[in-house]
Amino acid sequence: MKRIVIDPVTRIEGHAKISLFVGDDGRIADARFHVVEFRGFERFCVGRPFGEMPSLTARVCGICPVSHLLCSAKTGDGILGVRPPVAAVKLRRAMNLGQILQSHALSFFHLSSPDLLLGFDSAPAKRNVFGVIQAHPDLARAGIRLRQFGQDVIEKLGGRKIHPAWAVPGGVREAPGEQTCQELLAGIPEARATVRTALAFIKQYLDTHAEEVEVFGNHPSLYMALVRPTDHGWEHHDGVLRITDHTGRVVADDIDPADYRQHIAEQVEHDSYLKSPYYKPLGYPAGAYRVGPLARLNVCTAIDTPLADAELVEFRQRAGGVANSAFLYHLARAVEMLACTEWLERHLTDPEIRSTRHRAEAGVNNLEAVGCSEAPRGTLFHHYTVDEHGLLTSVNMIIATGQNNLPMNRTIAQIAQHYIRDTKAIPEGFLNRVEHGIRCYDPCLSCSTHAHGQMPLHVQLVGAGGEVIAEAKR
Amino acid sequence: MAVVTLTIDDKPVSARAGESVLDAAKEAGIEIPTLCHLPGVSEAAACRLCLVQVEGRGRLQAACVTAAAEGMVVRTQTDTLREYRRMILELLFTEGNHVCAVCVANGNCELQTLAAELGMDHVRYPYLNPARPVDVTHKQYAIDHNRCILCTRCVRTCDEIEGAHTWDVAGRGTSSHVIADMGQPWGESVTCTSCGKCVQSCPTGALFRQGSTVAEMTKDREKLGDLVTARREKKWSV
Repeated sequence: MKRIVIDPVTRIEGHAKISLFVGDDGRIADARFHVVEFRGFERFCVGRPFGEMPSLTARVCGICPVSHLLCSAKTGDGILGVRPPVAAVKLRRAMNLGQILQSHALSFFHLSSPDLLLGFDSAPAKRNVFGVIQAHPDLARAGIRLRQFGQDVIEKLGGRKIHPAWAVPGGVREAPGEQTCQELLAGIPEARATVRTALAFIKQYLDTHAEEVEVFGNHPSLYMALVRPTDHGWEHHDGVLRITDHTGRVVADDIDPADYRQHIAEQVEHDSYLKSPYYKPLGYPAGAYRVGPLARLNVCTAIDTPLADAELVEFRQRAGGVANSAFLYHLARAVEMLACTEWLERHLTDPEIRSTRHRAEAGVNNLEAVGCSEAPRGTLFHHYTVDEHGLLTSVNMIIATGQNNLPMNRTIAQIAQHYIRDTKAIPEGFLNRVEHGIRCYDPCLSCSTHAHGQMPLHVQLVGAGGEVIAEAKR
Repeated sequence: MAVVTLTIDDKPVSARAGESVLDAAKEAGIEIPTLCHLPGVSEAAACRLCLVQVEGRGRLQAACVTAAAEGMVVRTQTDTLREYRRMILELLFTEGNHVCAVCVANGNCELQTLAAELGMDHVRYPYLNPARPVDVTHKQYAIDHNRCILCTRCVRTCDEIEGAHTWDVAGRGTSSHVIADMGQPWGESVTCTSCGKCVQSCPTGALFRQGSTVAEMTKDREKLGDLVTARREKKWSV
């Protein structure tokens, strides 16, 4: 079988390659997404004091350090057995909104917009953020400033843009002053205007590119995200898990994230460091589910802010109910960016956020805890066990990107099979479309490869005549 | 008090007889790098960072244990010394597991500060990556042996200021490590008074308050010297 390799996959966070397998009929038979880097945080964090984990795991990534910081701090809350003060929770939420905003802006403006603005078939040398700056300077500048605003939220709350050591088990270290809140509030109108420009652009693009919506990962799957326990509304920091299917039917609801193992299992693939979590009751690989902006908008009832809710209604109208096309991740991200500006405004004007009580202190009261929050790319789980003194004895992290692994493989196979009809002469733009299938999910691979699990092993003792004499599987 | 006159880096300096070159230089505004020296406790000459060149003496001398003498000519900043100091720092970094980015003492660490000051921008030796334990059994404090540079400040502080002598050093060579009492977990030590002076004396993040998160461990090392001075000069009436 012939194999076409796209290596490396560009404009994503981390290192990966794609293999396209050509069948005997000369058509694409299958596609595989291989993540070729390994990080190993689950292993080398063992033995460390759990209080270090927010900052330690934040180092997993330079794009979404806040996601790990917050999820880890929440897990630490569980080890301490405390509920952080209200101000701390709202401050953490504010920082997560800044994180989602900056990461979504990066995904759209820096990584994906070159394909959309300049064209999938444009010259590869110019098909990058610099090409966008040349061709659409105003939009590129606005996009960069939008990301900067998200980073400012993180910096002003946590002291630094990348890897702030701010959220700690029990709460946060410092609360911002009135002036800081006002400075951030002053940046919201411009950010919102840029988001609306992006929204308008994406909608217009969707109107004229029905083929992409049809072909880029348009297939049924389950969707999982956190929702508010009260009304099952859009959630990004606390709440319960909800799983729906491609028709919008609720498959599982009100799941306490601490019980994640009853619902999610992780499969190890031989050709990728990225594990493939799946919904346990449906088994592997039928239990493939998607997380992230698309899933969050699919599973929630409403966002609970006026502008974003209006966009959510339109999003659902465009998708015809449930959004099953990965290409709609772009629109979902833009809707979420709008939601971020609104929720951020709400938190920063909330008098409760100014309370001086923002850190609960306690010793080790639980030997096991699970933290869960929504990273920009989807649901993130941290699961620690500690000894009686607080040294970690085990770490499990389920990263958003891993949960999209099975759908990503299906997406690239769909794109490759649609566009690549003649494998003898493949236009570069077609391969770029396959890569874009991955970009739709905005994967963060550096975040997501921490333990390879038990290595699958299959040994056959084959006799001279080709007969299998003995066989062992692990 | 007898006074001696010497020259440090071409600068005439006067010192009390018996005073160390390190102290004499400091009083004259000349900083010599050190990690094991701590005002208030005896010298160990363990880190070797304060090595200086003394005219007429063939070998390099540790300034902390070299007495200032009449007519002595000392050089503290030469290419050889700078190179040796950098090497010493690099070896300290390779011998333990020093990861500043995720350390409780990040930004407040003497080892980190010196490495930056002395221009240690990379390490030329292979890292040993030793497997060392973290002891968090004490209710208030913790010790991470990965970050210990064996300066023995904690040992001397505990012995000479607190008078408990909980800490000491066990093992040989790269297996050397500080132990509480006879090597039991710190939390089970019967001599430890939980005064926390050792934590304040530690130049790195090896000793820290329980629950400290990254870059949160600040230390007040001057307080230890103040304690000793106050005690010697009988500033407290009991």
